[in-house]
Amino acid sequence: MVSLAAVVSVLADSDMSVFRPATPGAESIRGLFVLVLAVAAFIFVLTEGALVYCTIRFRKQQADANEEPPQIYGSLPIELAWTVGPFLIVFVLFLVVIRVLMEVRPASDPPNVVRVTVVGHQWWWEYQYPELGVTTANEMHVPCGTDKEPRTIYLSLRSADVIHSFWVPRLGGKTDVIPGIINHAFFQVNKPDTYIGRCSEYCGTQHANMMIRVIAEPKEAFDKWVANEVKPAVKDESVRADREVFLGLGCVACHTVRGTSARGTFGPDLTHLMSRKTLAAGLLENTPVDLARWIHDPQRYKPGCKMPDLKLDEKTVKAVTAYLQTLE
Amino acid sequence: MSAAEPSIEAADSSYPTLLTWLSTVDHKRIGILYLVASLWFFIQGGIESLVIRAQLWAPRAELVSPEVYNQVYTMHGTTMIFLVVMPMLLGFGNYMLPLMIGARDMAFPRLNALSFWLFFLGGSLLYFSFLTGHAPDVGWFAYAPLTSKAFSRNLGTDYWILGLLVSGIGTVGAGVNLITTTLSMRAPGMTIGKMPLFVWMLLFNAGLILFAFPPLTAAQAMLLLDRNIGTHFFEAQHGGMALLWQHLFWFFGHPEVYIMVLPAFGMVSEIVPVFSRKVIFGYESVAAATVAIAFISMGVWAHHMFAVGMSRWLDMFFSGASFLIAVPTGIKIFNWIATMYGGKLWFATPMLFVTGFIAMFVIGGLTGIILATVPVDLQVTDSYFVVAHFHYVLFGGSMFAIMGAFYYWYPKMTGRMMSERLGRWHFVLMMIGFNLAFFPMHIAGVLGMPRRVYTYSPGAGWTIWNQLSTAGAFVLLVAFVLFFVNLIMSYWRGRVAGNDPWDAWTLEWATTSPPASYNFEQIPIVRSRRPLWDLKHPEDPDWKHE
Amino acid sequence: MSDQSIDATTAAAGADDNAGSRSTGRRWTEPTFDRGRTGMACFLATEGVFFSTLILSYAIYIGQSKTGPTPREALSLPLVIGTSACLLSSSLTIIGAHRGLRRGNLRRFFVLLGSTMLLGALFLAGTSYEWWDLIVNKHLLPGTNLFGTTFYTLVGFHAFHVTMGIIAMAILLAVVARGWISQKNPKAVELVSWYWHLVDGVWVVIFTVVYVISR
Repeated sequence: MVSLAAVVSVLADSDMSVFRPATPGAESIRGLFVLVLAVAAFIFVLTEGALVYCTIRFRKQQADANEEPPQIYGSLPIELAWTVGPFLIVFVLFLVVIRVLMEVRPASDPPNVVRVTVVGHQWWWEYQYPELGVTTANEMHVPCGTDKEPRTIYLSLRSADVIHSFWVPRLGGKTDVIPGIINHAFFQVNKPDTYIGRCSEYCGTQHANMMIRVIAEPKEAFDKWVANEVKPAVKDESVRADREVFLGLGCVACHTVRGTSARGTFGPDLTHLMSRKTLAAGLLENTPVDLARWIHDPQRYKPGCKMPDLKLDEKTVKAVTAYLQTLE
Repeated sequence: MSAAEPSIEAADSSYPTLLTWLSTVDHKRIGILYLVASLWFFIQGGIESLVIRAQLWAPRAELVSPEVYNQVYTMHGTTMIFLVVMPMLLGFGNYMLPLMIGARDMAFPRLNALSFWLFFLGGSLLYFSFLTGHAPDVGWFAYAPLTSKAFSRNLGTDYWILGLLVSGIGTVGAGVNLITTTLSMRAPGMTIGKMPLFVWMLLFNAGLILFAFPPLTAAQAMLLLDRNIGTHFFEAQHGGMALLWQHLFWFFGHPEVYIMVLPAFGMVSEIVPVFSRKVIFGYESVAAATVAIAFISMGVWAHHMFAVGMSRWLDMFFSGASFLIAVPTGIKIFNWIATMYGGKLWFATPMLFVTGFIAMFVIGGLTGIILATVPVDLQVTDSYFVVAHFHYVLFGGSMFAIMGAFYYWYPKMTGRMMSERLGRWHFVLMMIGFNLAFFPMHIAGVLGMPRRVYTYSPGAGWTIWNQLSTAGAFVLLVAFVLFFVNLIMSYWRGRVAGNDPWDAWTLEWATTSPPASYNFEQIPIVRSRRPLWDLKHPEDPDWKHE
Repeated sequence: MSDQSIDATTAAAGADDNAGSRSTGRRWTEPTFDRGRTGMACFLATEGVFFSTLILSYAIYIGQSKTGPTPREALSLPLVIGTSACLLSSSLTIIGAHRGLRRGNLRRFFVLLGSTMLLGALFLAGTSYEWWDLIVNKHLLPGTNLFGTTFYTLVGFHAFHVTMGIIAMAILLAVVARGWISQKNPKAVELVSWYWHLVDGVWVVIFTVVYVISR
């Protein structure tokens, strides 16, 4: 048991470890995982032990090499035993699975929910909060609950193109995001933190760089974030010329900046770009330098991504960057 | 060839030319063609795996572009499954099945040749796609709608469909042939209950082929129509269902796993007794477990799809069925170990590899149980944990058994022994390399690494596990270089084997090595499961105990 | 390991020693499997699974089309009842042809196999007319909606199998005319008839699902 605990602690050594649960669902899955690991370890030791014992004990001796050992054709009781034994083990496991399955996929919807619609795109995530009138990308903000008053984040997942899979290991298992279907998932999280996930169904060239960030924050911080997000884009007159440059470019065909003429929906909503910590679905830090680099040559950082290299000159990149940086 | 070694050349008087091989309908030659062709594809699939591992050595490595990486991993999976493991098993099946049942050839020799050439044509078509610059890049299970014209514009996916469609028809032909041969060509006295276990497993393997491949063929035909004449089978915007593809594919795909593993079980069931010097423990239950696995494997396909959002009842059904399949699989493992118990174990290379098979397959089976646990599966499915799991099943399992079979039957096929010394090095390096390459993947998966990513970020905590895997892959490279050297050198330099170098008991050892084109001068008459045991031990023949 | 030289002859002889003691008993005599029949049965099983997949795909998309025309609007029942009658009766004629050959009545064989082919060709002609009508008058193409997608695929693959059957029968005619197949070895005719029965049986299911249930 001690060694098992040591193993589990090694296995928790990542932001995406399934052994660092932060929700009740992920917690009960970890419990089940540890249980089946223990059962598997038991069977492993038993079987491999028998195998190793046989290979050592019954190695051919030179002395009687030419004599055949006694031929044993089988034994009904023994064979029955190793049919029934494993059957009982998997039957018990099956019952446990049913119990945990009921927990992680309850039949009725939980109360006190925050609804988020997750839309998978090649290769970024869109988050809509239909009740709050918020649309954002790649970084999902959610309010933490407390032990007394848990809040459930209820996800409706759909796809804009191919199949993706929404997976934040510390928050729970995967839910596939499938075109033509709306899937559901939920979690309750009490501890403020940034939870990292990734798309986990192969979805094309940039499947590897389709990261998820779920920022769980106390209610006050979340409300503040929402209050900012629902506003139209900041109209900073000091970058008026830069804004005109941006709105004159092809960017607006895919991106929305609410309150301006940019209304594209193919790419992420940029209305409050500066409220996000990362760019390009978690690939780059949202710093002025990285932002300029990304605008200048997205194909270099995310080869094959849907954002084209518009071949902007340095001056234009500077203007666009300057404008985007005002979008708090 | 000197006159001192007459036994090898004696088999066929005419000297074979290239045309002999291209036009052959002899099951033995076709078996060798299967093996050589699949070794050829194995080299390519192996190189692809090294590209994958080299790219993942370091985070943010740029050895290959994402486009190339996606093609390479797709081709690696497709190659190893359709063009390596399955045809290798079919190759041994083709060569050994008629010999083991005391027949002169397969039931339909010309269909047999057609099956091989369709397989080879399909595989070549698939590889031709590299020359066009667009190999398929949609993963070996090619989930819709990523495969639709909108998301996969070049011809790569069409090559994938056509290549597998053609080779799949060949596989079905081989399945028909294996069943018919087994049922109608057995030597007098060899009832169903006296067939060697390898034959049993091939029989049910072929049955699975007949039921699993047509849905794949139909699904691929639909996909081809979707891509080329504008139908909407898998296109959601017209009401089609992306999940239909997954259901059809996995209805094929899961039995396919057993198609790749049942004959390997059969090989183990032949080799373990011979090198333990004991009759198989519980012949009936090993055979019955095969039947059970074949049937249950048709009802577990959606355990690949727990994350798609099925109803809880379906989840439970497929979870339960997947658990259930562990029982007959366990029976086989216990029976093999019980066969070894009390024997006189002779660790020649074939036995080393099948012992390795048992040891590794147990791990793959146990992670299978972990994956059948639906809630856990929701966490680790589509992560490297799954990659680790199926490599333990198909590489630690099937490939170890196949390697054992090469060492076991090479003397029968060529008349010469493979080098034991090289073979032992091959085994040790393969064991080390295999575990080094694939065990860390369990951990990477638990640490959240999704499969099929061409790169990962430095801070994710996966680097060390990937580096271990990459190191293991290159150890495997050395192991397989030794294998190929052994395979080629032994053909000229190997010790002359004689008819029965392992003192074995099934009928293939009752004829010359290599066998004449007619296999047996006189069709043997069989009374027990181990005809040559009866012959060697007239005082205590098997049929007294069966 | 062992220097014993064992070959088939001695193995056989060894087994022969004990072959006399039948009384120890076979509890159960195994059925014998004919090569051709077994092979054909296996092949037909794969065909059955193949068509089951296509029929299932048709069935789950019934009523899922987002645009017209629907099966009810597009499909004409009288025509297909006629073609179905042709196809189903051809199953009887091929049985007769096989029987004719077995009894050495070549005339009967040629006439009945010829009528089987004719009935199959009539079926194909009916299907061609149906498709022409669907495409030109009802504006239903494979890409029009899910009905078009599944209908053309299913019926098309079936028609392809009918065509293959007719070709197989044409080969039979030629081979029997040459005398390579006769009263003594009529199995090829029997096996083709099995195939033909499967194609007919599949049609019965297609008719039920496509022209009755979905309409």
